[in-house]
Amino acid sequence: MSRFADHSLRMETRDNILLIHVIGELDHHYCQSARGRIDELYDQSHALHMVFDFSGLDFMDSSAIGLIMGRRQKASLLGGKVILIHVSPRLHSIFTMAGLYRIIEEAPDFESALALTKGE
Amino acid sequence: MDPFFYLEFDSSSENEAFARAAVCAFAARLDPTLQELEDIRTAISEAVTNSIIHGYDQGPGTIWLRASLHGRLLTVSVEDHGIGMEDVSQAMEALYTSRPDLERSGLGFTLMQSFMDSVEVSSTPGGGTTVTMRKTFLPPCQDAPDGDA
Repeated sequence: MSRFADHSLRMETRDNILLIHVIGELDHHYCQSARGRIDELYDQSHALHMVFDFSGLDFMDSSAIGLIMGRRQKASLLGGKVILIHVSPRLHSIFTMAGLYRIIEEAPDFESALALTKGE
Repeated sequence: MDPFFYLEFDSSSENEAFARAAVCAFAARLDPTLQELEDIRTAISEAVTNSIIHGYDQGPGTIWLRASLHGRLLTVSVEDHGIGMEDVSQAMEALYTSRPDLERSGLGFTLMQSFMDSVEVSSTPGGGTTVTMRKTFLPPCQDAPDGDA
């Protein structure tokens, strides 16, 4: 772990959702380890959907977009969704630029994301 | 004399955070807005990541970063002596990536161009790549607090 960036990943499963709290700076360095840890827990748990909580995010670059798109591809193989919550205005504009919202949904909070997974 | 600094570091991914933090600290004297700081933070991260992933194929190598200020104009160049590119314009196309296997989004140059005023790339196959980015910071705010992102 870098001393110049505080990053950690906190994950929990709720119902059939893997909830991923991203904390710190989601750059290429962080993505390398985050990818394996997310996939491992997703495979081990009975989760179908993934929800990324960005309330603790301090920084991200295009590496994070690749990470999110890759997880979406993985979840969609099982018919699961990837939903992003607590997205800051800056993050929202980057995701819009990336065309991410053509394939991934955003919700204000976990409860709204939960409703989306149930098709409500 | 215009302010400048120069960094030489190895191509390990831990240095991505170090490089962007260094440029932000250097630019702090301009009293930039939070948005301006976030813009250069992202752009530097993209350029350094490109050198690490593409230039050196995640292997050992050296990266040189130079930053200078002329008034409120910040110029940053990121140089590697890695594999270089045959076709720079293809690499700069949005969503193009040479490394889909690494889940790259192909948006690195797009973000650099969005957040900086100009981005120039010179590359020689087998010789390496230099990315030079420029951004003019807005005049400092007098009374209002920093604009947010």
